[in-house]
Amino acid sequence: MKAKTSYAQKLSQFQLQAQPDPYRPLEEVFKCQIWNLDTTTLPMLNGWYMHKQQPLTRLENGVVFGSLRAAQESYPEIIQNCHQAFSHTEKDELTTLNESQYTDGVFIYIPDDVKVADPFQIISVVNTQRDLLVQNRHVIYLGKSAEMSLIQCDDSVRYSNTFLNVVTEVYMSENAQMHYYKTENKEKESELYNHLYVHQKGHTHFHSNTVTFNAGYIRNSIVVNLCEPFADAQLYGLYLVDKSQQCDNHIKVNHCSTDCTSKQLYKGIMDDEAVAGFHGHVVVHPDAQRTAAFQTNRNILLTDKAKVNTTPFLEIYADDVQCSHGATVGQLDDEALFYLRSRGISEHNARKLLMFAFANEIIRYVEIDALQERLGDMVQRRLNGELTICDQCMLSDADNRDFVFPIDPSRI
Amino acid sequence: MLKIENLHVSIKGREILKGVDLQINAGEVHAIMGPNGTGKSTLASVIAGKEGYDVTEGRIIYKGKDLMNMSIEDRAREGIFIGFQYPVEIPGVSIANFMRTALNEIREYRGLDPLNGAQFLRLMNEKQKVVELTDKLSNRSVNEGFSGGEKKRNEIFQMAMLEPTLSILDETDSGLDIDALRIVANGVNHLKTKDNATIVITHYQRLLDYIVPDVVHVLFDGKIVKTGTKELALELEKRGYDWIKEEYESAK
Ligand SMILES: Nc1ncnc2c1ncn2[C@@H]1O[C@H](COP(=O)(O)OP(=O)(O)OP(=O)(O)O)[C@@H](O)[C@H]1O
Ligand SMILES: [Mg+2]
Repeated sequence: MKAKTSYAQKLSQFQLQAQPDPYRPLEEVFKCQIWNLDTTTLPMLNGWYMHKQQPLTRLENGVVFGSLRAAQESYPEIIQNCHQAFSHTEKDELTTLNESQYTDGVFIYIPDDVKVADPFQIISVVNTQRDLLVQNRHVIYLGKSAEMSLIQCDDSVRYSNTFLNVVTEVYMSENAQMHYYKTENKEKESELYNHLYVHQKGHTHFHSNTVTFNAGYIRNSIVVNLCEPFADAQLYGLYLVDKSQQCDNHIKVNHCSTDCTSKQLYKGIMDDEAVAGFHGHVVVHPDAQRTAAFQTNRNILLTDKAKVNTTPFLEIYADDVQCSHGATVGQLDDEALFYLRSRGISEHNARKLLMFAFANEIIRYVEIDALQERLGDMVQRRLNGELTICDQCMLSDADNRDFVFPIDPSRI
Repeated sequence: MLKIENLHVSIKGREILKGVDLQINAGEVHAIMGPNGTGKSTLASVIAGKEGYDVTEGRIIYKGKDLMNMSIEDRAREGIFIGFQYPVEIPGVSIANFMRTALNEIREYRGLDPLNGAQFLRLMNEKQKVVELTDKLSNRSVNEGFSGGEKKRNEIFQMAMLEPTLSILDETDSGLDIDALRIVANGVNHLKTKDNATIVITHYQRLLDYIVPDVVHVLFDGKIVKTGTKELALELEKRGYDWIKEEYESAK
């Protein structure tokens, strides 16, 4: 495990980029290959929002998106509202550092009753030869009964040392719905810390799906505050790591009000000496009667050296609750393996089918069809050892393609 | 086609099959009956190659080859199919993906080109009709959340897809309602040719009204203790197994 304290010192080894890069069309830097998917793209390059002319776009229906820096001038009260919502939330050192040091980020505002059909997509690309520090802050504000989905992609296009510290704040007014998808495909020199804070008012529905294909070191931490009755949070995650990769998922769900529901389902496959962690924490506060909270973490270890630390944890102060938690670390189901082979499928392919099925359970919760299909395909290729970090997303001048991290099914 | 000689099988040191002899020729239908726990499913599992079963004596010859040296998948590729008594649920693996992988691996083994998507879908459609399986079912994960009857029907669907030479149907009739029983039996009859053979393991004469056996065997205490014609099944239905047990005990 990497040291958990004194990031300030560590961060001093990296440099923040003080200015945005000169504007280039996104296609020149980066190509996203999700077929049949129209998204509103919000590109970040080396820690800065990339834009041609206007840093903020206002649509006719009142939707605003663009650079957080610019939004601070135009919409300070919305941003203030959002920060305020988390003023009592416990924050870690990196979040605090981010608060004082962030360069830029994305701002999205969805007014009351507006349902945005096409997903937003934040693509954060690192493309530099320096040891880069990226401190981004994103603020997403949903009005009453607003609906949106957001895809957040973290990719590298060069093999440099980078340290990314990203804080995303989501404010959901009554009845709002949000689907949040996170994909991570980073090279081994990178360290990525994602902090997601979600504030949910009454009858809101928040759904997240965090998919880690490759990681140097990645920590995804999610804090969800269910603040008013009938708020619901569904948190899914998948991590496929090998070599010396590390991936940690820290989740904290605060049930602060009655009648709220939350579910966590995280799954992982670890090969070689990879280390993964799942730290799920549900707090049911004294007033949160009729809470339903479920936590599940399932893991497959392919080698003796691969490791997973799993600590699903329930802390309950109310009495009328329905909660469960469980974790498994294991191997593939022998009965299923036999059944597949008894139909003529080789052992190798039977293992692959089962591993894919295990992983794909998470992908099946993705509600955007084109994204689900694409992620399913990426999982398949990841398990075949065909998915490299440059594969999904390629820089036109990226020629190095030596990052192949196969998971070898014969070793389960 | 299949010749079993003096087969002894133990599970965890306990002998379950105690010298089974059985011969089945192409074009024949055999029924195996017998009380619970006498080793009928064990016999099917050993033929399929399931791990955990020790063959301590005897052998199984299939199409002139000793099965013991063959992997599970190669047995299937050589045309052996087991309709399982308790089909396994495999969440996340669709029936279509499962069958396409299986079929193409079998084809490759036999030196045939793989089916392309369109050919495969056509075949799926055609075979689904044989067992009146709806699209709704075939799009789902293998057996996941299927009712008992749906699982059995899915077994016959797989049999129809893979066109085995030797099919062993282990209590495919249990849990089926009357209509489903007829559908499954029609499916089996539809697939019957002069070149393949079927073993039906069942407790009920009912199924044998639809799938008429050439030979009926009674497996008891790990051995085939009686062999007869389809009239034997009728007699068992009327008289139960006590007289078989008595005959067996007094012959010992
Ligand atoms: N995996 C196993 N481990 C231990 N014992 C087993 C195992 N599988 C089967 N047996 C035992 O072997 C014996 C024969 O079981 P088998 O399933 O072959 O019976 P069967 O004739 O198919 O019965 P039924 O009519 O109930 O299906 C039983 O006593 C059973 O408990
Ligand atoms: Mg049985």
